[in-house]
Amino acid sequence: MMKTQSPLLSRRTMLRLGAVSVSMLMIPRIAAATEDEMNEAINAMFGDRVITEGRVNVDLPPIAENGFSVPIDIFIDSPMTEDDYVKQIVVFSPRNPLPVLAQYHLTPMSGRADVSARIRLGGTQSIRVIAEMNDGTLWSGAKQTLVTLAACVID
Amino acid sequence: MTTIRLSVPETADRGEIIELRAMIQHEMESGFRFGSRGEMIPQDIITKFECFYNGTLVFSSDFHPGVAANPILKFYARANESGSFEFVWTDQNGQSWSDSAQIEVS
Repeated sequence: MMKTQSPLLSRRTMLRLGAVSVSMLMIPRIAAATEDEMNEAINAMFGDRVITEGRVNVDLPPIAENGFSVPIDIFIDSPMTEDDYVKQIVVFSPRNPLPVLAQYHLTPMSGRADVSARIRLGGTQSIRVIAEMNDGTLWSGAKQTLVTLAACVID
Repeated sequence: MTTIRLSVPETADRGEIIELRAMIQHEMESGFRFGSRGEMIPQDIITKFECFYNGTLVFSSDFHPGVAANPILKFYARANESGSFEFVWTDQNGQSWSDSAQIEVS
C-alpha cells in the first residue's frame, strides 16, 4: 500500500492553515497607530525640541510570545544628582492603538535611572523611549521586538 | 480584594541605592477589547502610581492602556534615612489603593 503524503501540504499543515485563517477573520480590526501618529504624539509632548539618540538603553525580549505582557527595562546613563538627573521617561509605540504607553517621573532621590515594567504590544514593532533630563535636553533609544501573539486585537 | 505586593529591603546603608518593586492586581482593561457579543469592553485602568519616601514623592508613573494587567514596576531610590515607603495607585475614577513598607537605614 502506497502512502500518499505531499511533503509540502500535509493534512496537519492544511488544518493549521485553516485554523489560522478562521481566527484571523474572527478578530475585529481596530486602527493601529502608525509611525506618523507616534511622531505626532512625540511632537505634541516635546514640540520641535531636538531629540538626540543615545544615553537611553531599552531592553525588550527579541521575541515576545505574549503581546499582552512584555517585560521592558529602561536604563538611562545619568549620574542622578541634584544638578544632573532624568526628569521623565516616556515609552512610545508606532503600532499600538495609542502611541503613548507609559510615563515615568524620576527625581534625584531615585539614585539610578532604571525602570522595569510590563507593557502590551499590538504587534511586531520598534519601541521608542525618550528621556527628558532636568536641563531640558531630550535623549532617545529604541528596541525592536517580534510579537507572536499581539495584544489589543489589532493585526 | 485587591492584592498588592511590595519588595523593599528591610535595612540599607545610608546613601545606598536600593531596588523597589511594587505590583498591584488590576485588569487594566484597555478599552480596545471586545466581549463575547462583539460589544466593546469599556476602559478601566489605573492611571497614576506614586512612591513616597517619608512623605516626599521620589518616583511616579502615568499608566496608559498600553500597560499590562497587574502592573508591576521595578525602580530605585537612594536610602537616606529610616522611615517608610508608601506606594499609591489611583484609577481613572479616582479610587485609590496604597500600601507601605518600613526601612531601617544605618
